[in-house]
Amino acid sequence: MTLADITIQLLNGLAGASSLFLVAAGLSLIFGVTRIVNFAHGSLFMLGVYIAYSLTDQFGRGSPLAFWSCVLAAGVAVGVIGFVVEILLLRRIYQAPELFQLLATFGLVLVIKDVVLKLWGPEDLLGPRAPGLRGAVQVMGKSFPEYDLVLIAVGPIMLGLIWLVLNRTRWGVLVRAATQDRDMVGALGVNQAWLFTGVFALGSFLAGLGGALQVPREPAQLFLDITVISDAFVVVVVGGLGSIPGAFLAALLIGVIKAFCIGIGDVQAFGTTFSFSKFTLVVEFVVMAIVLVIRPWGLLGKPAGEPRHTAATEAPLKPLPGWLVLGFAGLGAALLVLPVFTQSYLLILLIDVFVFALFAASLHFLMGPAGMVSFGHAAYLGIGAYAAALMVLRAGIPMEATLALGPLAAALGALLFGWFVVRLSGVYLAMLTLAFAQIVWSIAFQWDGFTGGSNGLIGIWPPAWAAEKEAFYHLSLVLCAAGLLALRHIIFAPFGAILRAGRDSPLRADAIGIDLRRHQWFAFTLVGAFAGLAGVLHVFSKGSISPETLGIARSVDGLVMVLLGGVQTLTGPVVGAGVFIFLQDEIARRVEFWRAILGLVIIVLVLAFPQGIVGFLRGRFMRAAA
Amino acid sequence: MLRVDGLNAHYGRAHILADVALTAAKGEVVVLIGRNGAGKSTTMKCLIGLLRPTSGEIRFEEKRIDRLAPHAIARLGLGYVPEERRIFTDLTVMENLEVGKRPPRPGLQPWTAERLFTLFPNLGEMRNRPGGRMSGGEQQMLTIARTLMGNPACVLLDEPSEGLAPVIVEQMVETIRKLKLEGLSVLLSEQNLHFAALVADRAYVIEKGRIRYEGTMSALAEDEAVRAAYLSV
Repeated sequence: MTLADITIQLLNGLAGASSLFLVAAGLSLIFGVTRIVNFAHGSLFMLGVYIAYSLTDQFGRGSPLAFWSCVLAAGVAVGVIGFVVEILLLRRIYQAPELFQLLATFGLVLVIKDVVLKLWGPEDLLGPRAPGLRGAVQVMGKSFPEYDLVLIAVGPIMLGLIWLVLNRTRWGVLVRAATQDRDMVGALGVNQAWLFTGVFALGSFLAGLGGALQVPREPAQLFLDITVISDAFVVVVVGGLGSIPGAFLAALLIGVIKAFCIGIGDVQAFGTTFSFSKFTLVVEFVVMAIVLVIRPWGLLGKPAGEPRHTAATEAPLKPLPGWLVLGFAGLGAALLVLPVFTQSYLLILLIDVFVFALFAASLHFLMGPAGMVSFGHAAYLGIGAYAAALMVLRAGIPMEATLALGPLAAALGALLFGWFVVRLSGVYLAMLTLAFAQIVWSIAFQWDGFTGGSNGLIGIWPPAWAAEKEAFYHLSLVLCAAGLLALRHIIFAPFGAILRAGRDSPLRADAIGIDLRRHQWFAFTLVGAFAGLAGVLHVFSKGSISPETLGIARSVDGLVMVLLGGVQTLTGPVVGAGVFIFLQDEIARRVEFWRAILGLVIIVLVLAFPQGIVGFLRGRFMRAAA
Repeated sequence: MLRVDGLNAHYGRAHILADVALTAAKGEVVVLIGRNGAGKSTTMKCLIGLLRPTSGEIRFEEKRIDRLAPHAIARLGLGYVPEERRIFTDLTVMENLEVGKRPPRPGLQPWTAERLFTLFPNLGEMRNRPGGRMSGGEQQMLTIARTLMGNPACVLLDEPSEGLAPVIVEQMVETIRKLKLEGLSVLLSEQNLHFAALVADRAYVIEKGRIRYEGTMSALAEDEAVRAAYLSV
């Protein structure tokens, strides 16, 4: 690389960083004040892109003034959308546990995606270039787009404007105060509801503006929501939650590193070709993992104090009453004899339910008793699945062996990642799990020669004795039930008690001599194995596997299942998985815009059952019994 | 001014307050006195709306407030100074005061930052210092000043003398007396009988969530039996 190349890549990186910064700043502001991790923030960005595309395409081709008005109008439009969303949805769920808020915003992601699909269609849309900035300037003998130069300036300008609002206006002072102690702000006479609405609208505006600014550079695409939200999460976490300058710094850092990876391209070393441009998919997550291990609160973040408990602490777990044990035994028996009576489609669906019940239960173990919320649990499902598939295809290892070796591989992955993960807590921990999942995903996605790349692997079928649907159904039922019982047993064992103690009071657990981190590490590894078992069964039931199996969307599916069922109960994840799989199947078969319907169902469920379905039922029963 | 009747409150299933009743008249300093864990702070939190009582009635200037949000209660003129101070540590002294600022209240002389700095001269000398870099005493003054910026008609002071150096406690006594002279009502909670005796007109003794004694401060000071039963450690 010459000096000129380096300069150009640096400028590229800075230009890309501006939009990223705007999105991340909005996300950070919203989280700071409302404590909501807004999964839909990438969707707001995407709305900004599409709205700006339509506006500039219609009205923005003539003059620079028209163009920039369109960009600004797109940002404002998204701000208004955010305003409405806050009033209609979020305002009703501030008292709900944080995870439910996350779930509701994920419902929004699904709804917005289908709305965009309906309004703009599935094709990529390339907007007009900015009038007056269509040319390029010469930088050290290379050409560089004028528009990108403007973008580079936008980042610092917006940073300055946000700083002025936060530090020089009464509203900004209230926002900063609320970031620290929102209840106290309320007790001083400030109506938090409107403050939250305002912050959410501002954050949405920033996301929309960030999207609108991208129109002349990149086409509007339907997958922008997920890529942008994971980028923005990374930036916010690397910069330090709630720190706007931190977000700016992190956006620059990641923008520049990404641009360099693209610029370097393929490098020959040690006889193999290492592709840096492919590395861009993971590089930000690698940066995040490194930063979080060295500075667990991000570059400019501050160590968070003990969080003020908003939700009530979890009630101690109780063993199931006898009638319910009988009920479950009866259900198990019924499921065992079911194949005699029914057609195969239901069996296929039930195999999915079993597999995802085990997957969800393993995630629940982590989220509930162990107190670690993972955003990347699908990684372990995927490692188990890929390990089994590769063993069968590449080494001819029989399925029976992979049922043990697949979970082992997943456990090893969890052992490796878990070492880093247990060093963090809360949102940071969740983000790091997301980062590792993304790394695993991109290995599966990129390594065409080994994992089949984006096409995945096919032809992974069970041996003859389990090839019939009924036989595989029974195998799945028995193994998943065994897994569920084992997880349940562990929760009530001393090991489970230690985890719960550590979740409820890390300080006291520490003081009575528990090495909490080591127990959490072991728990992380253990649930990895269970997720891996679910993965092995999954791959043999489908006969194929692709990177989607371990993508972010799948991890979120797991979260939805657990939260639907209710975190505070052990049967919750099983019920959640069943409801989710059937809902998804029913809706997807019947309607075109199934995502939106699913999203709306999730939102309605969160609004109606903030304790989850099983939690709600239990509440009903307890009231009835009292 | 402030009237509480039959107030009950729970944390989960734990019954914290049982039929608490008390009043505070205009310009009166009333102390709620009791040991650690007796229910003083819980009472205060119910009054300002941070904790929803399970039953009972709270009236402020004749208006029911027990179902209102904290900000609505504060706007009616009930100021709350929390026990843990809860200063915004990232904000400067001036910014902390800004958060508390509300419009003037008819019949009371409005508070401004400058007028508060005559009451708390220390604060005036550190206007741009972040709340996190102040001493405990300075923070205690700031949290009171911040609440006064809302021009309350009645102030709830939750254990204002707790953990303060003796010289600061003296300053606190002065402050409360000045608030009384301004015509404000003050309801304070205390463990420190000596401190309470210096400022309060009337006293309620609370123990295990129940009001056990009610009378003038001087009567309580002379009632050896009540003090021994409910206040000695």
